[in-house]
Amino acid sequence: MRLALLKKLTEFMEKDDSVYLLTADTGFHVFDEYPTKFGERYLNVGICEGAMIGMAAGLALEGKKVFVYGIVPFVTMRCFEQIRVDLCYPTLPVTIIGVGGGLTYGPAGMTHHSIEDIALMNCLPNMTVLCPGDAVETEYALDAIMNLQGPCYLRLGKTGEAVIHSKPLTDFAIGKGITVRKGSDIAIIATGNMLPAAVEAGQLLRDKGKEPEVVSMHTVKPIDRKLIIDIASRCKTIVTVEEHNMIGGLGSMVADVLTDENLKVKLKKFAINDQYAQKAGSQQYLRSQYGLTAENIAEELLK
Amino acid sequence: MNIEELKAIATRIRKDVVTMHQIGTNVGSAMSAADIIAVLYFNVMNISSPDDPERDRFVLSKGHAASALYSALAQKGFIDSALLKDYQQNGSDLTGHPCQKNVPGIDASTGSLGHGLPIAAGMAMAAKRDNKKHRVFVIIGDGECQEGSVWEGAMLAVQQKLDNLTIIIDANNLQGYGRAEDIQPIETLGPKFEAFGWSVKQIDGNDIGQLVDTLSKTPFEAGKPSAVIGRTIKGKGIAEMEDVLGWHYFSVPKDKLEKFIEELDGNK
Repeated sequence: MRLALLKKLTEFMEKDDSVYLLTADTGFHVFDEYPTKFGERYLNVGICEGAMIGMAAGLALEGKKVFVYGIVPFVTMRCFEQIRVDLCYPTLPVTIIGVGGGLTYGPAGMTHHSIEDIALMNCLPNMTVLCPGDAVETEYALDAIMNLQGPCYLRLGKTGEAVIHSKPLTDFAIGKGITVRKGSDIAIIATGNMLPAAVEAGQLLRDKGKEPEVVSMHTVKPIDRKLIIDIASRCKTIVTVEEHNMIGGLGSMVADVLTDENLKVKLKKFAINDQYAQKAGSQQYLRSQYGLTAENIAEELLK
Repeated sequence: MNIEELKAIATRIRKDVVTMHQIGTNVGSAMSAADIIAVLYFNVMNISSPDDPERDRFVLSKGHAASALYSALAQKGFIDSALLKDYQQNGSDLTGHPCQKNVPGIDASTGSLGHGLPIAAGMAMAAKRDNKKHRVFVIIGDGECQEGSVWEGAMLAVQQKLDNLTIIIDANNLQGYGRAEDIQPIETLGPKFEAFGWSVKQIDGNDIGQLVDTLSKTPFEAGKPSAVIGRTIKGKGIAEMEDVLGWHYFSVPKDKLEKFIEELDGNK
């Protein structure tokens, strides 16, 4: 995902003089060429995320299209109030790129995990929340962001994630989920870096004779109500999958739609059960601890 | 505009402020900043229309002094003076802390302390990058300087050599629940900004003449942002209000309004 990001950001910076990128001392080996290539518009502000968001707001107030980049907890939670007041209240076109979504930085420990970020960004008025499921979605999401007038949170993993989409996503739009595989009895809706696991879980279920639908909900806010309503009319069970806390993320957003629309469908949420990881461990190890692997999901759904 | 005319503008601001503050808190804070705002808007800043992209920018980082700013904007003709009476009333655009989307001439939404300087640094950086000549002015409270983000912004302004950026610290030595100097001695503010790489001047922030002399000479040094530590009196202009913590919170009682206005007229 990070390579897709680099490709698109470089393209934007080359094409458009109003595009700025600020980082708070992160991006080693990602933006190494930027100081020489885009010296005037690329800035490592230093380790001060709050001021970085404020500065991004000031640049945006002067007509710039600003991206800020950092590890999720530091560019969302540490500077939450600057995001709220400086970006969301005046609806400024600043995109927060968070890398290391969910448990990507598993071995680093809890400080570098992000299991509350989607909930926090969801609850901010005027904010768009994007969690692309693979590198292809990341590229399309970035193209869409360039036409967005307000603030956006783009939650990415790191590098080397499985690529799910083999064809161009010509219909990609913010707020419009992508049906990866059509099904009939059960619908697995995944967001962000859990998409590959959801696809794999779908295949395991298919191997057992089920007909699961798999959906990539790359936009958590605004949620694709129409698609959820459509799925609920066809499938008896909806399953949400996210590398995030159980509270306030994709599952909660889907539950809200089902409740608002009075839709009688069984909803099962695969997410982190409201707890912090106390131990070190790889992303895959931690996922297995939370029941978030493809096998865990398939097994649970076959019960 | 000469000193006497600027004093009259500041008095008008204070009269508007006490009239507006029959509702809400922070009347003392607005009175303290009135002279700085008068001098900026009517002497120092190049600003004749809120819509002019080349005009100077202003960020009221101590957003709780919004009523003084609204009065200045009304006196400039950017907003209708008739709106002032609706300050903080149901449905009014004049919120207790200013909203950039609501009011022409408000350049940044503020009210949460410590936000203004980084935003202003971004504005000043954009001006530098675009080779624009306009400048950015910010008013910050002395208590507000306890926020870490002020110092993050101070560091960024120096890193980017923003000599088109000037902050004025409205140092009235009274914050929400006590003396600012009990937390951070005001004498140390200047050296702190100097240590960060700013060019600093210390003045009486309620003295129109000193404000004009000082603020008309920015940047104090080429390549450095400028900081003015302006010693002020909270509630300045009303004897009963001056340097009294309670006027951070009290509204102006109806039966005192006339007396306050007379006192301000007498102080002109």
